Amino acid sequence: MTVLNHPPSEVDLFALKTRALNLRRKMMMMASGKGEGYIAQGLGMADCLATLYFHEMRYDPQNVGWRERDRFVLSTGHYSIAMYAVLAEAGVLSADELPTYGLNGSRLPMSTFDETPGVEMVGGSLGHGLGQAVGMAMALKLDGSSARVFCEFSDGELQEGSTWEAAMGGATFKCDNLVALIDCNGIQADGPVTVRIDPVADKMTAFGWETLEVNGNDIAALTRALAASREKNGKPKAIVMRTTPGFGIPTIMARDRAHFVRIDNSEWTALIEELERENG
Amino acid sequence: MAEIQTGTMPGRTRGMGELIDIAGKVTEIAPFGRTLAELASERSDIVGLTADMGRYSDILPFRDAHPDRFFNVGMAEQNLIMIAAGMAKTGKIAYCTTYSVFITRRAYDFVALACAHSMANVKIFAGMPGLVNGYGATHQATEDLNMMRGIADLTIIDPCDATELKQVVRACADIPGTVYVRNLRGKVPVELGPDYVFEVGKAKVLRPGRDVGIISTGYMSARALDAAAQAQENGKDAGVLHVPTIKPFDAKTVLEFASRFDRLVVAENHKTSGGLTSLVIETLYDAGIAKPLIKIGLEDSFFECGSQEYLEAKYGVDTPRFVRAIVEGR
Ligand SMILES: Cc1ncc(C[n+]2csc(CCOP(=O)(O)OP(=O)(O)O)c2C)c(N)n1
Ligand SMILES: [Mg+2]
Repeated sequence: MTVLNHPPSEVDLFALKTRALNLRRKMMMMASGKGEGYIAQGLGMADCLATLYFHEMRYDPQNVGWRERDRFVLSTGHYSIAMYAVLAEAGVLSADELPTYGLNGSRLPMSTFDETPGVEMVGGSLGHGLGQAVGMAMALKLDGSSARVFCEFSDGELQEGSTWEAAMGGATFKCDNLVALIDCNGIQADGPVTVRIDPVADKMTAFGWETLEVNGNDIAALTRALAASREKNGKPKAIVMRTTPGFGIPTIMARDRAHFVRIDNSEWTALIEELERENG
Repeated sequence: MAEIQTGTMPGRTRGMGELIDIAGKVTEIAPFGRTLAELASERSDIVGLTADMGRYSDILPFRDAHPDRFFNVGMAEQNLIMIAAGMAKTGKIAYCTTYSVFITRRAYDFVALACAHSMANVKIFAGMPGLVNGYGATHQATEDLNMMRGIADLTIIDPCDATELKQVVRACADIPGTVYVRNLRGKVPVELGPDYVFEVGKAKVLRPGRDVGIISTGYMSARALDAAAQAQENGKDAGVLHVPTIKPFDAKTVLEFASRFDRLVVAENHKTSGGLTSLVIETLYDAGIAKPLIKIGLEDSFFECGSQEYLEAKYGVDTPRFVRAIVEGR
């Protein structure tokens, strides 16, 4: 995987957008096959994951255990559908395996487990990611490694105390090889985010993180924020991403209850057509 | 709840892991939340709290009936328990909901000290206990009884069905101190007869039996009854003792029941270590009783994801497993 150290050209951006569309296609295939899933969150995260895996991160799809790899820590385990899509797009998983999403005996459960190649942690109990990412970043520094750690977590996870304990740790231990990608999609299990978490960026800044806020569905903005996050200045970096659940499929974007989508086959087919119509 | 859908697709998990439909069983929707809403109309000191699991823990009927007494604290289970403890110490009876795993594993310290140690009137309705879930180890509370048993002054209840659960919701308001209940949500089967009476701390003989005695808790008691009926056709008459209260444990009734049989089966939707099975064995040992005993429950492991039918068959806690234990004694 080559890291583009220059700003992405129009050609690069087009390539990343194509990757993001491929991720959305894969996710729709998985969710429609299972008949249900956390599709809205997955679609919202596609642009971030495409940018990470096809622009920013250094890894070897043939050797997921490579010590010098950049780690992507997906804290929000129920976003697994997005994780599997990007792992397949990157060639870590075979695309043939994707239709087993959520089925009995599958390596691709509804929530992430680290038995799946390319998955760094067990993720279904929320609020576990950032602390482990801090630990990984500390260990990499200890080893003198240039590898970095990218940790996704959700706005709901900002309500867990463990996330803030980890935030304090990341700053205290000067993890400038750590980038938090905070997916503020505005929803949680019971509906819109209820308990106040904003101003997220100000809070992270107050906790000692260098913080940027971007539209998480704008690939160019993501590449710029990630480029800025490379700076080795003794501070961990946080990118607050405002994402739209269901991005790319207006019907899902307009859905009232987007946290978990269970609809019948014909509706899934219509949504896949909509994805192609809107983006294809 | 609109969330609940009937029918299962073969080989597929149910999204949010409600109990599976068993053909021919009468069910009730959201018995927990409906009963709590009723009870709160009678008692103004009841409050209800959740940690972003309102929709998935059946507390919404309470919220809709008493919006001013409902609090969603966000996804913050430790804070859920602390706030509940604080309200309880200020005169309220605080019913709280989320999934069992997030109460037991994340908020344990707070349940022990903020609640149980102070005998705070906190009633924890913990969802999706045991293997009732397609999400794998992160969502399967397979050691919750073991963990909670370790906390002094805590009452622990594992109800069998909707009939019992509704009585438990009411009983909790009068049980002094903190109670941990393994909640059943969604379309909850009605298994026990209309005459069934829940009494905290009391085990109940559901079926007298002659050949083998099954001691069980939670909805495993319904499995035991189903299996006993099937085994009857093979000429074996199994007795069933239902032990809904895990703590305080009704050792007296367990001993009386156990002494009537040459062989025993103990069944729980939990690991066979640290829960009901351990309690029964400790009780028998203390009384100097040793007899053949088959354990139906989960091994000491983390479990995979899958449909409830798939997991129950794979890990040996389905009805055929009970029938084999009764009929073949293995
Ligand atoms: C510790 C923990 N508590 C509760 C849950 C149940 N749960 C699953 S998703 C979810 C919502 C969390 O918010 P967020 O990740 O922002 O949700 P989304 O954007 O996907 O709707 C909750 C409470 C969990 N998985 N882990
Ligand atoms: Mg969210």
